[in-house]
Formats: sequence, structure tokens, C-alpha cells
Amino acid sequence: MAAVSDSNSGALSELTVLDLSQHVAGAYTGKLLAAFGAEVIKVEPPGEGDVARKVGPFPDNEVDPEASALYLYLNTGKQGLTLDISSDEGASVLKELVAQADVLVENFVPGTMESMDLDYSTLSAINPRLVMASISNFGQTGPYRNYRADTMVEMALSGQMYVNGHPDREPLSSTGYQPSYQAALYAYSGIVAALLARDRDGTGQHVDISIQEAMASEHQFTLNGFTATGRIRMRAGNRYGSVHPTTILPCKASNGKPGLVSLGISDPTQYVLFLQLLDMSELLDDPRFANPTLCANNHEEFNALINPWFMEHTAEEIVHALQDNRIPAAFVNEVNEVLEDPQYEYRGFWKEIDHPTAGTNRYAGLPYHLTEAPPVYERANLLGEHTDEVLTGKLGYDADRLAKLREGGVI
Amino acid sequence: MASPNPDGPKGPLDGVRVLDLSRVWAGPHCTRILADLGAEVIHISGRGLVGRRTVTRETAKAIGIYPDNEPGERHWNRHVLNNDMLRNKYDITLELNTERGVALFKRLVAIGDIVIENYSPRVMPNLGIDYPVLKDINPAIIYCSMPGYGPEGPFQHFVSYGTTIDPHSGLASRMGYPGEEPYMSGNAYPDPASGMFATGAIMTALFNKARTGKGQYISLAQAESGAALTGEASLGYQLTGKVPPRIGNGHLRKAPHGAYPCVGEDKWVAISVGSDTQWSSFRDVMAKPDWANEDRYSTVGGRLENRAELDSKVAEWTRERNAYDVMRQLQATGIAAGVVVNADELIHDENLNERGFYWKFDHPEAGVHTHAGQPIRLSETPARHYRPAPTLGQHHPYVLGELLGLSDEEITDLEETGIIGYEPLVREV
Repeated sequence: MAAVSDSNSGALSELTVLDLSQHVAGAYTGKLLAAFGAEVIKVEPPGEGDVARKVGPFPDNEVDPEASALYLYLNTGKQGLTLDISSDEGASVLKELVAQADVLVENFVPGTMESMDLDYSTLSAINPRLVMASISNFGQTGPYRNYRADTMVEMALSGQMYVNGHPDREPLSSTGYQPSYQAALYAYSGIVAALLARDRDGTGQHVDISIQEAMASEHQFTLNGFTATGRIRMRAGNRYGSVHPTTILPCKASNGKPGLVSLGISDPTQYVLFLQLLDMSELLDDPRFANPTLCANNHEEFNALINPWFMEHTAEEIVHALQDNRIPAAFVNEVNEVLEDPQYEYRGFWKEIDHPTAGTNRYAGLPYHLTEAPPVYERANLLGEHTDEVLTGKLGYDADRLAKLREGGVI
Repeated sequence: MASPNPDGPKGPLDGVRVLDLSRVWAGPHCTRILADLGAEVIHISGRGLVGRRTVTRETAKAIGIYPDNEPGERHWNRHVLNNDMLRNKYDITLELNTERGVALFKRLVAIGDIVIENYSPRVMPNLGIDYPVLKDINPAIIYCSMPGYGPEGPFQHFVSYGTTIDPHSGLASRMGYPGEEPYMSGNAYPDPASGMFATGAIMTALFNKARTGKGQYISLAQAESGAALTGEASLGYQLTGKVPPRIGNGHLRKAPHGAYPCVGEDKWVAISVGSDTQWSSFRDVMAKPDWANEDRYSTVGGRLENRAELDSKVAEWTRERNAYDVMRQLQATGIAAGVVVNADELIHDENLNERGFYWKFDHPEAGVHTHAGQPIRLSETPARHYRPAPTLGQHHPYVLGELLGLSDEEITDLEETGIIGYEPLVREV
């Protein structure tokens, strides 16, 4: 359970983190810090809490701030403090906490922290060793600083969306929160880098993470192809780039479900092996299909030719037949199917976590094991669950003081 | 071009030495960040893996990654993508399938902090340089192994790329046209995403090492990255029993929400209207056409119900307009909107340029090119562009000579016996 942690385990167990995040980006950063043992205090506005509590999905589709899947996943291992930092009194309580903290994470619209007199220069004057991370859509500076965005708009303005989808149809964004997740990963590494620099230099610093920059730095051929040749990378359909078959193809249905299978063939050697396996090596003599590059130019004809073989075999048969010959192939899973996948099971990727409202569920873990600093997984905090413990334990507030703050709506 | 300032603040990872055996994208994306933050990243490659001896102009044109599609005499030094991945790094070649190659690698491990590789799990044990061996040489070494499916389990030997990890991990299930099959990222997104997790794991291990003096073994499964990045959806499935549907660019709680066509070839603007207040502002921007005043569009519920017609009406309006104009007009009234930028527009993006996001590197064989900078913006110890990508084997004198103390004669002998070199070895198929 998410009790106030007194254990000394975890690589980051010496750290105290104030997590002011709302929604996804800052919250995932805080979750990662908590997974490695940092004491992460999630600071939420009294009453409604983090907006992620309203997003869901919820059990039976009933809105319940303690059972939003988004909140539950992104806030594991944190302590819950409610505090109205937009009030003068709340801001001054936060400053007392900042004096004792190592890290502060926020992802408000730029200028919000400043408007509450909680910007980096104010807070670093209180605690020069503070590492403060600010995550925003377009950065703390620049002409788009005040622009609004959601996942789709971030995908659009970072160049990711333009290359997703069919060339004759509209570009595709993904659903979910990939841009925010990537920004969170940059923020996490930036924070730990700043802490290492603090060991050496003695002072903290401000980490400015732009979601647009995070996604714009994750282009392989898009930017580099353009800077090399001036060529604009286009949407290729449900396949990848200038080689084929790196794609998703229909195959024989199984378990009452239409069959789909993923191929990742780009290497000429694998291509030859693949056609041998299908007993279609004669295609190598056809100038349209002599290698993966030529095949890409004629992929529709190619798909039609190999379709009969695929419709005779299930995804299970195809993946194993190809992999046995060292040819890249994989399953095409919905999120519930990944929960049943034997490889994820074997590595213990899913973590069973109990929560008083949402019950016991299997949460995605982290994609890595560390032998000396294994991550720990504990449930998300309830709204204001640890308010008294944090303010008493950290700041020595007595019952009277807590009652007054509560009456005033500050906590 | 901003040149590295030798008097500037030391990077946060100054003094950290990384031995980088990683290939393609996920691993190099990680070590590029470490290098940008000041680590000494030594990229080590066997020359059999560098590629073909020659690249024809025709092939170069199909790949589209050599400056002006001209592969030149040493195409391996003109590959702009590799040069992006290798910026700020050092480069040596080393044939690890030879005793002398392995012996030299072990000497580097003795003075290194981090080893990273993304080979299939059988490669490093076969070469005799897996973690247990390297740990005996240097107990403080941090070793990160990141094969596609992880180094253990029933699929450990699966050959994979970001493009196959994408659908396997459930990531692709979160993208697609309404009611259609899962759609692959056009950009092999799982690759850099896995690289980001590797970076975080290594940073954590470095922090731990600074406290305890201990190294450790990190095993990362790239396939699991995709599942970690959709964790809210797999948890949501357990809470509701429902698999999230593919809804194109639609949104469960917002409408209009999509990419709408604009003036010009393949020009689109993404528009996201949430609240009824925003809808009202949007109507004002469109100068309140009659259709937009219909009651059925006045609430978000009504707009979601009549989404298809709404989308076609919005498209009629955007179709006659410039995508940037629409974005600026809508943003000025507090509506989230953005041009769906292509590579040309991305590299010229006003905001990214104003913030100095792009870095220019002048490479001796490839020329001047603009690359994405480093999104980790540190106020006191900023990431820097220290040096352009090395040419193949450029740092033999520094790494083998200065760091390992080999004499010029010894280095020449390594060259003559093919342990190191400056050109690809012809690959045996």
C-alpha cells in the first residue's frame, strides 16, 4: 500500500519530490521518481484534485475521482497532499516544503507558477539546491509559449502526425498520450542529470522540457532525410518507408478474430529467406520484386501475390515459422491481448496492485530490470490521503493549524 | 553555427565514459543524449556491420540519406542519419570476433562506466563479453542490454525492429482510421521511445553508483516500452472490460477534433475544440455560418453525435484557408490547433527556431547539416554540441593510444592485422 515510505530502499530514496503535476506529463515523471524510492508528494488542489481524476476510463463508466484509470496508472507510489497553491497561504506552505525538497515537477501552462510567485527564481532563492522541472506543450519561451494543445496538436506540430497514415487520406495522430509520455521521459533523465551536477557543483537548476521538442527529436528519416536531400518524407500507408514487406497484413482468422500479422522485412537476406519459405522464390526473378526496395514500389501487387499463403495460416503459425528462420515477424495485439502475452508474463512485466476503490488490477511496469535498484510499484494515492502526515511530519504543524487550514479551504 | 565553448560549464555527465556497442536507433538515441550531456561516448563497431563497401547512386537515391544523394567515396562517413546519431561521440572500430579485439574491449571496460548493446541475447555470451565476465573486470560497470524482447523468456530470440514491436506491444492498436486495423507509426516511434527508457534506467544506475560505488545489470525489453506507454489503456480495459476502439483523429470527449484539409497540396490543420465555450469562439472565428448555429451543434454531446457532418462542415471552411492562418486565428481565441507540419515546415518552425532547438554540425565529409537538438534543457549545465560525428575509426589514436597507452607501432599492427580499420569489411552473406 502507499503508506508514507520509511524504507531506505531504492536508488533515489534520499530524495523528496514535490509533484504539482496535472494530467499526464509531470505525473509520469513523478511516478518514475517514486518507482525508484523517492518520496514523491503529489500536490493536488483541494476538492477536485488532478484533472486526470476526471478522465477515466472508469469502472462501469461511472465517474469516480478515485477510480480513473489514467490517474491510477500515472500516480503509483505517491503520497497525496491537497493544497491550494493559488492562495497566498497555500503558496507559503508550499514554500516551506520547497525549503526541504530536492525536486519540484510542474506542468502548468507557462506563466502559472510565476503568477503564484512560485517561479524558479523565487523558489531557488528559498532553496538553491532545488532542481525544478517545468514541462509544457511548447516550452517556457518562444512564440508558441501560450498556445494550447492536446495529443493530436502536439503530434501535428512536432512532425510526427504528417508521416502517419495513408497517403490518400488524412494524417493520423495516435490516441493516448505519447507526446506527454516522451516529455516525461526527457524530464526524468534531465532531473537525474541535474541531481548529478548538483553533487558536483552544489546547486540545483531549472529543467525546461517542451513536448514539441521531445517529439521533434524523435524523427529518424524525417528531419535527416530532409537536411540531406531536401526530400519530404510522406505517409506510406500501413507500412514503413522505402522497403517492403515491413507492414501489417491480413491472415487466417483464429479464436474468432480476424487474423493480422506484422512483418519487419527490410534486409535483402531476410527477404530471400521469406520468399523461400513461401515457396515463391520465383518472384526474385521478377524485376518488380527482386529486392525489398523494388518490392516497396510494387507493394500492392506483392501483397496480392502472397495473400493466399497468409490466408491459409494463422498469425501464430506465421510468426513462429518466420522467427524460426530469423525473419522479423510479430503479433498484432490489442491492449487486452498484451495482458495475456507469454513473453510479458515471463518477464513479470505486469504488476498486480490493489487499490481500495478500483480493486486489484495488473498495471504496466517499467520495461527494464535493474539488479541493484529494482523499481517498486505501489498504488496511487487517494485525494488528500497523506495531507496531515506530510504537514505534521515535514513541517511540524499541529492539529489546530491543520484545522484552520482545512477551514480556510487551503488543504 | 554555435561552436562548443571550451570555457562553458561542464556537462552534467562530464567524466562518464560510455562504451557504445548499440546499433540502428534505439540504443544510439540513448547514447546521443548521454553525449549531448557531456559523457565521453565511445562508439565501437565491427566493420562487417558498417554496410556495403560501395553504395551506387541509384541505391543512394532510394535511401535518400546521403547529402544530395551523392554517396561519395566513403559513403559510411556521409550517412546523415548516422552522423546525427553519432554527433558528440568518439568512434573506433574493433573486431570483437578476434581474441585481440576482445582483449582490447576488456581493457576499455576496466576504465569505463557504462556498456550498452542492443544485440540479440546470444551475441555477447558468444563473444565472451557478457555481463558476468565484464563485472569481474570492473565491478562498478553499468551494463545495459536492450534486445527487442529482453534477454530471457519464450520470445527472447525473436528478431525484431521498432516496426514489429509497434503492433506487438499494443502501441499500434491506439492508432488507426475508425473501425479499421491497427496502424504502424510512420516513423518507427518505438525505437526512440525505447531509447528514452534506456536513458532513464542508465541515469538511475549512475545516481546509484554515485552513492554506493556499485554498478549493475540493466535488462530492457523494447517490446515492453510500448506497453508501458499505453498503461492507462490496459488498466482501463480491466476496469471497463472494453477494448478501446480506433477512432481516427476523433476524441471521446471533444468535437470537432481532427485533421482538416487546407489550401495547398497535402496541407492539413489539426483542430481540437473541447468545451462549449470554445465551440462558441470557434463559431465566431468562422464568422457564424448558418449551419454552425444549429442547436444540434451547441453542446459537446450533440457535436459528438453529429461528428461526421460536423467534420465535413469544418473541412469546407478550412479548405479555403491557409493552415497557418487557421492555427494562428484559433490559438488567438484559446483553441488548440496546429499545422500538421512536414519535414520542411518542421525544420523552419518558428517556435523551435526561436528557442534554438536546432543544431548545425559541420562534418568534414558530409558538410553542414541541421539536426534536432537536445530537448533536455538545463539552465546551468546545458547540453551542447561539442563536435560533429566522427568518421569511421577516427579516434583510434585517442582511445587506443591515449586511453589504453598503445604505441603507434601497436596501432599500426592492429590495422595491418585487420583488428581495426577505416573501411567496411565486405559482409559475408
